[in-house]
Amino acid sequence: MTEVAALSGQQQGGQGAPMGRLREFWYYFSVNRGAVLGLVVFILLVVLALFAPLIAPHDPDLQDKAAFLAPPVWQQGGSWTYILGTDAVGRDMLSRLLYGARFSLLIGLVVVVLSLFGGVTLGLLAGYFRGWVDVVIMRVMDLILAFPSLLLALVLVTILGPGLFNAMLAIALVLQPHFARLTRAAVMGEKNREYVVAAKVAGAGNLRLMLSTILPNCMAPLIVQATLSFSNAILEAAALGFLGLGAQPPTPEWGTMLANAREFIQRAWWVVTLPGLAILITVLAINLMGDGLRDALDPKLKRS
Amino acid sequence: MVRFLLRKIALLLPTLVGITICAFAFVRLLPGDPILAMAGEHGVSPERYAELREHFGYNLPIWQQYVNYVGDALHGNFGVSISSKRPVAEDFATLFPATMELTVFAMLFAAIVGVPAGMIAAIRRGSWADQSLMGTALVGYSMPIFWWGLLLIIFFSGYLGWTPVSGRIGLQYFFPRVTGFMTIDSLISGQKGAFGSAVSHLILPTIVLGTIPLAVIARQTRSAMLEVLGEDYVRTARAKGLSPLRVVGVHALRNAMIPVITTIGLQIGTLLAGAILTETIFSWPGIGKWMVDSIFKRDYVVVQSGLLIIALIVMAVNLLVDVLYALINPRIRQAG
Repeated sequence: MTEVAALSGQQQGGQGAPMGRLREFWYYFSVNRGAVLGLVVFILLVVLALFAPLIAPHDPDLQDKAAFLAPPVWQQGGSWTYILGTDAVGRDMLSRLLYGARFSLLIGLVVVVLSLFGGVTLGLLAGYFRGWVDVVIMRVMDLILAFPSLLLALVLVTILGPGLFNAMLAIALVLQPHFARLTRAAVMGEKNREYVVAAKVAGAGNLRLMLSTILPNCMAPLIVQATLSFSNAILEAAALGFLGLGAQPPTPEWGTMLANAREFIQRAWWVVTLPGLAILITVLAINLMGDGLRDALDPKLKRS
Repeated sequence: MVRFLLRKIALLLPTLVGITICAFAFVRLLPGDPILAMAGEHGVSPERYAELREHFGYNLPIWQQYVNYVGDALHGNFGVSISSKRPVAEDFATLFPATMELTVFAMLFAAIVGVPAGMIAAIRRGSWADQSLMGTALVGYSMPIFWWGLLLIIFFSGYLGWTPVSGRIGLQYFFPRVTGFMTIDSLISGQKGAFGSAVSHLILPTIVLGTIPLAVIARQTRSAMLEVLGEDYVRTARAKGLSPLRVVGVHALRNAMIPVITTIGLQIGTLLAGAILTETIFSWPGIGKWMVDSIFKRDYVVVQSGLLIIALIVMAVNLLVDVLYALINPRIRQAG
């Protein structure tokens, strides 16, 4: 016991006050080296995406008729003009990849915001009011989950029409039942706790109880799910792009870039390898972060 | 058990109705007139248009259209494909075994590699083996599988020339269809080299489709094992002086497998969806490729029915997993 007390005393800089929530979170998050690595890579990607117009050596849509399928600089025939080579119509791969980061991160962000907002709202309503509201909402969520997600996204895009924005809408719709289920379960767990009853007795209205009393205490699983959805959204959008139903050419979206790459499998490995590698690195970084977040936010795992 | 089953089915009924409504609504939600959409670029004469409207029942009130649609589906009549001119149910029956074969092999691959990997990681918790296995699993989990497939084709088919790039079997082999599984049919036919050809066509698609389930199973096995290894009965088994292999392989594994089996079952839906990408890359003539091709051919009768049939299969599989789970674990039967 005394050992533990001494140890925690050290972490708090010798003060008796409990660790701040953020510091406590960082303490548990930073134990996981993979998570920190994921965070660093993710921040780097965000910086690259934000400053793509400044960093990119060329216009991502500019076609150089003198350099079709130019190899990367370290290969025979490569030049410093096109560090990572060019694609089949002479566009700079590096510039396209940098701009592609913008699209992937934007997709992740938009999808998470949309599905988080929709799912949390529905989950709150279902868990708080129960009864027929709950039944209707959760049956619809079950229905969405009954379809394999990529198939449903494909069909929705067929209805809405191909394109980046419609793809994002479809993916958000497919991912939001997870948020609704999590929120509902968390709300049902919290609803009858003393602090909620106390707030109710004190005269707080339904909206206030839902949004400012209960919701903040359901955040941990939602944050973890948001991270997972972020990487899922990037993967699914890339898959839709690859199938020709997501972002349309000449948009430098990574999945769309791969769509036409198949024919160059034998001749130009960089056209095929690089966009996929970019997707993998991004998704991996986010998933590493997600694992760290789960460990840091899940109180059950924390104790063990 | 019967009551458990009935309750489960009753819970599924609204979803079932919902699935039929979704499939029914799909064609009607498409932008523009469904008949013009089906006709494509050719266009139709006014007489033919009226004829088609009547043929598809679009002149009826919407609720009656729905009742007819469900009635037809219950009789196994899913309409006629616009592009192949054959009944959709027939096309489906031809293509489904290809997807099933791929799914079965992918699942076997994922379980056979994933379970031991997760066990080793759990037993050697914190070691380099644990870290590298779980690191690899996370990479697999994050993999854009369409790209993974292309990479494998570049390396194994292109560079090494070991495996074929597409299809289910070499064109020189021809034998009657018995089960629809190429690996089995080729053995039945007894043709020399046919089985080998079928297997070599299966290898890369199996790896690609199995990658994500493999990662999920390995991670799930590890956490289930870790939980079980801390239990009293494992400590008792160790204290009795049983060999470590017996403790882990029998006492711990048997209990750790319950959540893992559920995971495996629930992955089947994911696999059917993953088959869309895998089949597209390897030109595998299954339902995933069929769906994608039909979307591009604007063959909406196929898309509609495919959506319905796939959702029904996923639902049936999930129900089966639930039932198996209840059979293994009586506590679920009481509570569920």
